[in-house]
Amino acid sequence: MSEINTCLKQFKRQLIVGPLFKWLEAILELFVPLVMASMIDLGIRGENTRHIYEMGAILVGLSVFGLIFALLCQYAAAVASTGFSRTLRSRLFEHIGKLGYEELDHIGSNSLITRMTNDVNQAETALAMFIRLAVRAPFIIIGAAVMALLIDRTMSVIFVVIIPLVSLVLYLVMWRAVPYYNQRQRKLDTVSLITKENLEGSRVIRAFSKNEAERERFEQSAGEVQKIATHVGNLSAILNPAIFTILNGAILAILWFGGVQVNVGGLTQGQIIALVSYTTQISLMLIVLANLIIIFTRASASIKRLAEIFNIKPAMTEGTLLEGNAESPKIEFRDVQFKYPASEEVALDSLNFKVASGMTFGIIGGTGAGKSTLVNLLPRFYDVTSGEILIDGVNVKEYAFTALRKKFGIVAQQAVLFEGTIHENLTMANENATLEELERAIAAAQARNVIEAKEGMDALLEQGGRNLSGGQRQRLTIARALVGNPEILILDDASSALDYATDAALRSALAHYKEGLTVCIVSQRANSVKHADLILVLDEGQVAGLGTHESLLASCSIYQEICESQGVAS
Amino acid sequence: MKGFQILKRLLGYSKKYTGFLVGGIVSTIIGVGVSLYIPILIGEAIDFILGPNDVNFAGLSRYMIYIAGATVMSAIFQWLMNYCMNQVAFRTVFELRNAAFGKLGAVPLKYIDNHPHGNVINTVINDIEQISDGLLQGFIQLFSGVMTIVGTLVLMLMINWWMTAIVVVLTPLTIFVAGFIAKGIAVKFREQSNLRGELGGLLKEMLTHQKLVRAFAYESRAQEKFEDVNERLRSVGKLAQFYSALTNPCTRFVNSIIYAIVGITGAISVINGAFSIGMLSSLLTFANQYSKPFNEISGVIAEFQAALASAERVFALIDAKEEPADKQLLETFRADGAISFEHLKFSYSARNPLIEDFSLSVQPGQTVAIVGPTGSGKSTLINLLMRFYDVDAGRIIVDGVRHTDLTRQALRSQFGMVLQETWLFKGTIRENIAYGKPGATMGEIIQAAKSAYAHHFVAQLPHGYDTVLAEDGGNLSQGQKQLLAIARVMLVQPPMLILDEATSNIDTLTEVRIQKAFAKMMEGKTSFIVAHRLSTIKSADIILVLDGGQIVEQGTHDELLNAHGFYANLYESQFAVVG
Repeated sequence: MSEINTCLKQFKRQLIVGPLFKWLEAILELFVPLVMASMIDLGIRGENTRHIYEMGAILVGLSVFGLIFALLCQYAAAVASTGFSRTLRSRLFEHIGKLGYEELDHIGSNSLITRMTNDVNQAETALAMFIRLAVRAPFIIIGAAVMALLIDRTMSVIFVVIIPLVSLVLYLVMWRAVPYYNQRQRKLDTVSLITKENLEGSRVIRAFSKNEAERERFEQSAGEVQKIATHVGNLSAILNPAIFTILNGAILAILWFGGVQVNVGGLTQGQIIALVSYTTQISLMLIVLANLIIIFTRASASIKRLAEIFNIKPAMTEGTLLEGNAESPKIEFRDVQFKYPASEEVALDSLNFKVASGMTFGIIGGTGAGKSTLVNLLPRFYDVTSGEILIDGVNVKEYAFTALRKKFGIVAQQAVLFEGTIHENLTMANENATLEELERAIAAAQARNVIEAKEGMDALLEQGGRNLSGGQRQRLTIARALVGNPEILILDDASSALDYATDAALRSALAHYKEGLTVCIVSQRANSVKHADLILVLDEGQVAGLGTHESLLASCSIYQEICESQGVAS
Repeated sequence: MKGFQILKRLLGYSKKYTGFLVGGIVSTIIGVGVSLYIPILIGEAIDFILGPNDVNFAGLSRYMIYIAGATVMSAIFQWLMNYCMNQVAFRTVFELRNAAFGKLGAVPLKYIDNHPHGNVINTVINDIEQISDGLLQGFIQLFSGVMTIVGTLVLMLMINWWMTAIVVVLTPLTIFVAGFIAKGIAVKFREQSNLRGELGGLLKEMLTHQKLVRAFAYESRAQEKFEDVNERLRSVGKLAQFYSALTNPCTRFVNSIIYAIVGITGAISVINGAFSIGMLSSLLTFANQYSKPFNEISGVIAEFQAALASAERVFALIDAKEEPADKQLLETFRADGAISFEHLKFSYSARNPLIEDFSLSVQPGQTVAIVGPTGSGKSTLINLLMRFYDVDAGRIIVDGVRHTDLTRQALRSQFGMVLQETWLFKGTIRENIAYGKPGATMGEIIQAAKSAYAHHFVAQLPHGYDTVLAEDGGNLSQGQKQLLAIARVMLVQPPMLILDEATSNIDTLTEVRIQKAFAKMMEGKTSFIVAHRLSTIKSADIILVLDGGQIVEQGTHDELLNAHGFYANLYESQFAVVG
């Protein structure tokens, strides 16, 4: 909460000034019925034209000042609420940028996105409404009741009855409707899911000639949405007529009891008209208040969800070292054990090996063997549970994050590109890459024909690189990693979308790319790693074999099995 | 007017509910009319309360009964008005949605391939919601707003014509102010929603791929990019919010000026004996509520315009051209698996000719391997075989029958298809396996799963065959999903197969299972297989080599090697680097 309060504090002035002006406007508004009553009672009854004009002038004056105050308040609300949401988003984004993989895995990106969009918007609306209405609505309700009390004490009993009555109706209708609204949203999500499934599965659905069945499925879901929507619509439709009825009931009571009072001289006709006006004001404001309460309830849930993010503290702290010792092995694992934070199971255990600078290092094993986990430990995306990992002879924990990560070029399994030009994407790791550097990286990554197909590096990529095929995306991500001029290149199952010819060309290009470039190839395909200088065979997080292709074929049964199943000759 | 035509067409969908529509309109007229008459009744009642010992209780109580009656009547009709319009709105939306969805099954696949799925979903879900909110419910608000204005004017005229004239003269002021603000709001809201979209897109990218950002030490540049959009959103958002917050105070101001003027002139007229204090009270109430509908109407009109744009998109989908109807020649048809392609010509767009003149004859039980580099258009053949796309020229003959002489259903039921991107729907595993044969017994389903080597892992799931798959089968691995897709085909046992070997994300054990399942399924069946594994390719009867979308070579493994062409190159590059 403290982070959110800090964001609010920036707008302290607006937070005080806004409601203050709104309060002033409300006071002016409360005077209107009194002025009108005086106009009728003293002006008309006393046949005092001058008094009528004076009161009229006061009415106009009240309107003018009311407008000025209202505009000042609305402006303060707009400045404060949009400024608040901006700061909030900015801080959230910054905070998320500091979180580690561990924390990110825990929250999930979809949840982060909804929090940063919907939840922040809810908070923004609530703040604006708070400044605009939180003071005004209760004040007018109480004010109108007090004014009525001042006119006549006994008549105010009527208000004591209608305020709770209107509140009760609001409560019954709105709070009953809210769960239905949620239910309706969920049903609508199902309709949306069926639509999505039908678009994505259009081939399979047509192959099985299931269009009719899908239609029925859809109509059933859409029908449920319709039923709930109608039900909740009918329920909400009660609200206005019910409040209208209560309001008129109150007016009837004022007329009757007021009539009795006037008859004995306790009240005037003008005061009765004023009482009727106050009744109307109160019931209008009660509706505003009910909506306000709903907005605040929603916003408080949103604020809670935002505070949750701020409360997640990154578990890792970075070191300060910028450079290691070039003489040492490039990568060294010493008794490394690793468990995922939420898990009891050991993902990697007793890992000991060294990879010299310039080597090609292959890691092979089945799904769940721990291959990707292992490479995620190298740039310190996760911390080891015990043991240590050394890069250039220095424990990864001693490096500054940027210094450590600049050493790596990472090509992940999923080839992800950002919206923007190809050039922007390629220079992600090195903003100032020269054209020559880019060309070299593109050639090695076998991506030249991708650039040609898109007619140059200024071609725009759509979000997620949608306008490229899987293979094209993958080649660009390899080029992107190379542009950063890494010391260690990690290819995490990166050639999966490449056919064998391209895969082979890529491997031979990498072999001559740069003096001393250490390449880590993670794969399930024996063909991708068999030529490596050192191959690590992983099985359920443990070393099942370590050596060259030939030595492993001779000694490692798991490696033999893999090669056999994939038809890889010795 | 285009908007009018759209509205008319939309009301066409409400035709069945004309009763409700008429009921809604009648209820609005009565409900609004009576509620407007109540201030007059109150005014007249006040005129019975003149002063001490000058209250006419008999008259007062008579009018109180009138007021009570009118209140109840108006309340009932107000509710009826909403009730009727809810029926019309939600049922129309239901029909509209079904029509839009039904279209998705009737359009050619080209339509689905060429339209971003997100947009289509948006049309079926959000655009139709917008129509419900903006057009149908907006319609009743608009109608009751206009009713209120007209009714108020009529009633004011009944009380005093020249006081009404003052109000009418001042009316354009209200309309002008409300209209002016509404225009500003619409512009700023559009800008704001565009920027929100931009920010959302950026967030989606940066947060979904936060790990990538981390890996490239890209945090500070990401933040810079974000701050830029964030700040633009703030400044537009501030104006959008301020403008929209102007409407209420401004119209309230115009309103209170009218109120003051009616008050002054009215009070003076009362002194001159033109009308009573009660009438003044009614006039004041009217002056107070008269301009409120203007506020609402300007809000409704903005919604209305957005809804018209939505309706246009919905109708564009509903009007999409459907696949030409099936020639109803052969509905029941069982192939033995002979297929020939005769002088096929096909392209996705006229600019890029793909298949120029392709002929091939496949005997029953033969295996055709389709190979080629990434992006060489291996899925094109599947599209043509299944008639997802129609050929431009030439014919495909299935068992002596031209495939366009069959119904699509008859043709497609002869093929079993297992694609790399496995599609499963949100439902139980059992439902998913039985997708092609809904009446299948549990025994048949288990048998199919066993043949597909899927039984083992299904049995280990907590709810076995009744396990509900998450969206996109999210709780299964890629390989497991493919095994289920194989089981789905196993259950139907079609005479011909279209298979796609997976290349990635499948662990060795599962891959071996898929291999075995494929082999078992292919026994005695004509199969087309997009192949990545050498063993599959070598054992195929015919290999089709694709490059750049075109079929560049065809033949057996040995024939192609001897030809020293593209295939030979491909084959050697795979093994040349292997030392």
